[in-house]
Amino acid sequence: MARTLTYQQAINEALDQEMARDDTVILMGEDVAGGQGADGEMDAWGGVLGVTKGLYGKYGDRVMDTPISESAFVGAAIGAATAGLRPVVELMFNDFMGVCFDQIFNQAAKFRYMFGGKAQTPVVIRTMIGAGFRGAAQHSQSLYSIFTHIPGLKCVVPATPYDAKGLLIEAIRDDDPVIFFEHKKLYPIEGDVPEESYTIPFGEAEIVRDGRDVTIITLAEMVHESLQAAEQLASDGIDCEVIDLRTTSPLDEETLLESVTETGRVVVVDEANPRCSMATDISALIAQQAFSALKAPIQMVTAPHTPVPFSDNLEDLYKPDAARIADAVRTVSEYQAWQTTESKN
Amino acid sequence: MADDGIQKLIMPKWGFSMTHGRVVAWLAAEGTGISQGDEVLEVETDKAIGVVESTVNGTLRRHVAEPGQEIPVGGLLAVVADTSVSDKDIDRFVTDSVVEDSGAESDADAAAPQFVEVGGRTLRYLKQGDGGRPVVLVHGFSGNLNNWLFNHSALAADRAVYALDLPGHGLSSKDVGDGSLDTFAAVLRDWLDTMELSQVHLVGHSLGGAIVLALALQSPDRPLSCTLIASAALGSEIDAEFVDGIVQADRRRQLKPYLERLFADAGLVTRQLVDDVLKFKRVDGVHAALQTVADSLIADGKQARVLRERLPDISAPMLVLWGGQDHILPASHASGLDHRCTIEVLDDCGHMVQMENPAEVNRLIANFLRNHD
Repeated sequence: MARTLTYQQAINEALDQEMARDDTVILMGEDVAGGQGADGEMDAWGGVLGVTKGLYGKYGDRVMDTPISESAFVGAAIGAATAGLRPVVELMFNDFMGVCFDQIFNQAAKFRYMFGGKAQTPVVIRTMIGAGFRGAAQHSQSLYSIFTHIPGLKCVVPATPYDAKGLLIEAIRDDDPVIFFEHKKLYPIEGDVPEESYTIPFGEAEIVRDGRDVTIITLAEMVHESLQAAEQLASDGIDCEVIDLRTTSPLDEETLLESVTETGRVVVVDEANPRCSMATDISALIAQQAFSALKAPIQMVTAPHTPVPFSDNLEDLYKPDAARIADAVRTVSEYQAWQTTESKN
Repeated sequence: MADDGIQKLIMPKWGFSMTHGRVVAWLAAEGTGISQGDEVLEVETDKAIGVVESTVNGTLRRHVAEPGQEIPVGGLLAVVADTSVSDKDIDRFVTDSVVEDSGAESDADAAAPQFVEVGGRTLRYLKQGDGGRPVVLVHGFSGNLNNWLFNHSALAADRAVYALDLPGHGLSSKDVGDGSLDTFAAVLRDWLDTMELSQVHLVGHSLGGAIVLALALQSPDRPLSCTLIASAALGSEIDAEFVDGIVQADRRRQLKPYLERLFADAGLVTRQLVDDVLKFKRVDGVHAALQTVADSLIADGKQARVLRERLPDISAPMLVLWGGQDHILPASHASGLDHRCTIEVLDDCGHMVQMENPAEVNRLIANFLRNHD
């Protein structure tokens, strides 16, 4: 039965239900138990923002606090996955992923391929993304495009509590390495989530709003900003379709292209930096495969090519928001050059 | 609510989650005479598009809501009054009603689904209305109690009407046993016992119709009447590819074409409808449950169990409704049935007769029930 949960509770429930269902599922990470071996450990905090709270009390040593040594514990989780466990390892902020790139890019991502399909690495790496938390340059990035670039990794970027639970259960049951990106600003948002366990297949984008005039393609927190923009634009008579990618690898190209073929006008909204990003990747896909449907140049709404600023004012300017998205939609809506040229002939 | 014979037509509540409806188009013009059951306007919810029927008799004097407008449940849609009432009085009535509406009565009459334990399973049901001889609505394969969205409250105008989720469906337990008609009928009978409903009017759609028949054969004393809508088990033909598609499809793109086969008007299959079915199918245990039921119902592309020849053994009166454009179970199954059956074929409907023409289905069932209370 569906009831309202937060995104954070939905993630906790997915972990809880999978640990109850399958005893090869284990959790590892800095402070995921949070208080192991100390007084009050059974009621420990559960991760830096409390996402895994309560699981240590239920599952004991299947929830392991690790030293602050990402290369060691992410490597250990990957090794455990090859040996038959289904570890869910938390790497607090995706910004820290750099210290264990070899384990992720060159080991986990390659095992199935290099061992002729005989090896599998069912590991999930949970990690936080996103600016707007006053976390400054080293705790605020959205690095999913870097991982999407690597064949052999699956990348999941949920935007709602319903998707967070279903996609995390799917990730845990998947036999390949999955990087699961949680936007820290979404933890408190609420939505309907069934009590039962359920899965959402990878590679199916969600159309979160139907519309005929402009397609907004986006992911993570920007789904909500885009929906807000779409509501504002609706009162001006511009009807936006909003598509949430949900997974960047695999990418649901069909849903994107189908929508663009209908609307002919596209805005890609991505909180990440603009170079070599999901925004550029999707823009290229559309330009290559739906060029004849386009009625206006593709617009991208992204962060600038700078680190995330520490100043509150600058950080607010850095992040795309509903107003900037609405402006971009108006730009593609009003673009008339092609029609004008045509009518002159 | 009437002063000087002025009556309201309000936004109906189709199902638990509906809080608003958007007016799509008026089907009856201002100035036309309308009576109860006439189709007055089309309304879209986030689940479906449906037709609002008149609940009153008189002249449709004013369209208060405009196409495109969102109106809360219970909000004023139109004013009906005799032609002798002045426009001024209608104006005043509209102004007063709008002020009244802003007090929002949205959740006041919302019936919530309930859960009950029956033989180790949890079953969800929704009751609307009170008194009279009760009615039980039984949905079809891969459906749930919301399949009766446009019928439930209309039928409950003068009696208690229950709709339940069968095992493996909706929010009921996923255990379907061997998935056979007899198993479902036994669960339905146990549920009736638990609810202390000794005799009921049974209404079944598709698989639900076959379950109603199986129950009537197992326990002849339970049904006051049986209404079979596009019922299974009345012939061997079935679109087996549809059943397999519903079981296997796990993506929007795959599922949508199968769902479109359910309706004469494929445009009724909205993204929301597809998403709702997908959300249900993605719950642990549902795929296995649907597969078990499909395996039990279908053998070599035909319905494994046909109860057509057993109809004379059922003493309860029977109403058989079918859509003339049913792609799943052919309307030919409605012909040549036992002579005591009342048979109605609605030409413009597909398999989901009760959703595609609720006005006519509700009228036919209500009259039939009244004649057999």
